[in-house]
Amino acid sequence: MSNLKILMNGIVKENPTFVLLLGMCPTLGTTSSALNGMSMGLATMFVLVCSNIVISALKNLIPDMVRIPAFIVVIATFVTVVQMCMEAFVPALYASLGLFIPLIVVNCIVLGRAEAFAAKNGIIPSAFDGLGMGLGFTLALTLLGAARELLGTGKLFSLTLMPEEYGSLIFVLAPGAFIALGYLVAIVNKLRKA
Amino acid sequence: MEYILIFIAAVFVNNVVLAQFLGICPFLGVSKKVETAAGMGAAVTFVLTIATIVTFLIQKYVLDAFGLGFMQTISFILVIAALVQMVEIILKKVSPALYQALGVFLPLITTNCCILGVAILVIQKEYNLLESVVYAISTAIGFALALIIFAGVREQLAMTKVPDGMKGTPIALITAGLLAMAFMGFSGIV
Repeated sequence: MSNLKILMNGIVKENPTFVLLLGMCPTLGTTSSALNGMSMGLATMFVLVCSNIVISALKNLIPDMVRIPAFIVVIATFVTVVQMCMEAFVPALYASLGLFIPLIVVNCIVLGRAEAFAAKNGIIPSAFDGLGMGLGFTLALTLLGAARELLGTGKLFSLTLMPEEYGSLIFVLAPGAFIALGYLVAIVNKLRKA
Repeated sequence: MEYILIFIAAVFVNNVVLAQFLGICPFLGVSKKVETAAGMGAAVTFVLTIATIVTFLIQKYVLDAFGLGFMQTISFILVIAALVQMVEIILKKVSPALYQALGVFLPLITTNCCILGVAILVIQKEYNLLESVVYAISTAIGFALALIIFAGVREQLAMTKVPDGMKGTPIALITAGLLAMAFMGFSGIV
C-alpha cells in the first residue's frame, strides 16, 4: 500500500469520527465553534503522528506482555508536551479546550492506531497513517464545529454570516452537539452508500 | 449541605455524560440493554471512587510534595490502568459473584475518560479528600443514571421503524441530544 493510499484511508475510507466512531468525547465536547474543533483536531494529530513514529521505532524493543502500558507512556509523554506548549503559547485556547487536552491520552483513536498500525509497520508508513487519521479527525471536528457555530450563532470562524437572531443557541449548548453529530453521521452514511 | 450541593450538581446539573461529554464511548457502546447498562454503571462507580481517592493522595503526597506537577497526566493514567487490573484480580479472588457480574466491563474502564477526567477535575476544583469522594460517587451515579435511562429508551427504539440512513448511531445520537435537552431543565437549581 502506497503512502498516499494510507493517508487517504484515514481521511476518507476509515475516517475515525464518521466511520469508526472513535474518540467521541472530544468530538462532542470541544466543537462549540469551528476554531475550537480545529485546534483540538490539530493537537490530537500532533500526538498521533509523534506517538506512531516512536512506537513504530520501538516496536522490536517493547516486550509483547507490557506493550499496552508502554504505548500509554509514550502517548502520555506527547500529550504532556502538547499541554505545556499550549498553556505557554495559546493560554486562551488552552482554557477553552480545558480538560480535553490531557484527555487525549484516553482517546481511543491514538491507542487504537498504535496497536493496529504502528506496532506492525515501518516508521514512514506509520507517520503517514498518523497524519491521515489526524487529518480525518481534524476535518470531522472542524466540520462539526462549523455546523454548530453557524446554526448556533450565525458565525463561521468568528466571521458573521447571518444576523445573530437567526441562530438557535441550542446548537452551541450540549444537546446541539449530539443532534448535529447525529445528522452529520446520517449524511455521511447516505453518501457512502450512494 | 455543601455535600448535598456537590451531589445534586454532579448528578443532575452538570451530568458527566450529557453536559460534560465524558464517557461517551461506553454511553453509546453498552447501552443497548438496561441490564448491561446497570452493570457498567456499577463497575464505573466502583472504580471511579477508588481511583479518585488514590490519584488524590498521589497528587497531594507525591506530585505536589516533590514539585512534579508536570507528571500528572502520565502518573494518573498509569495508576488508573494498574488499579483496574488490581481490582479485577482482587475481585476474582474475594468475590467471584461480583466479578462475574462486572467482569466484562472492568478492562473497558481504563480508557473511559470519565475516570481520568474526574481525577483531574477534583484537583482543578481544589476539593479536599471528602469532597472529592462525594464528587466521584455523585459523578458515577450521574453516569449510571444517564446510561440506564438511555438504555431504556434504546430498548423501545429497537422496536420502532427508523428511516434507513438514521439507523444505528445517528438515531442514538439524536436521542442522546433530546435526553441532554431534558437534563438542561435542571440547570439553575443549584
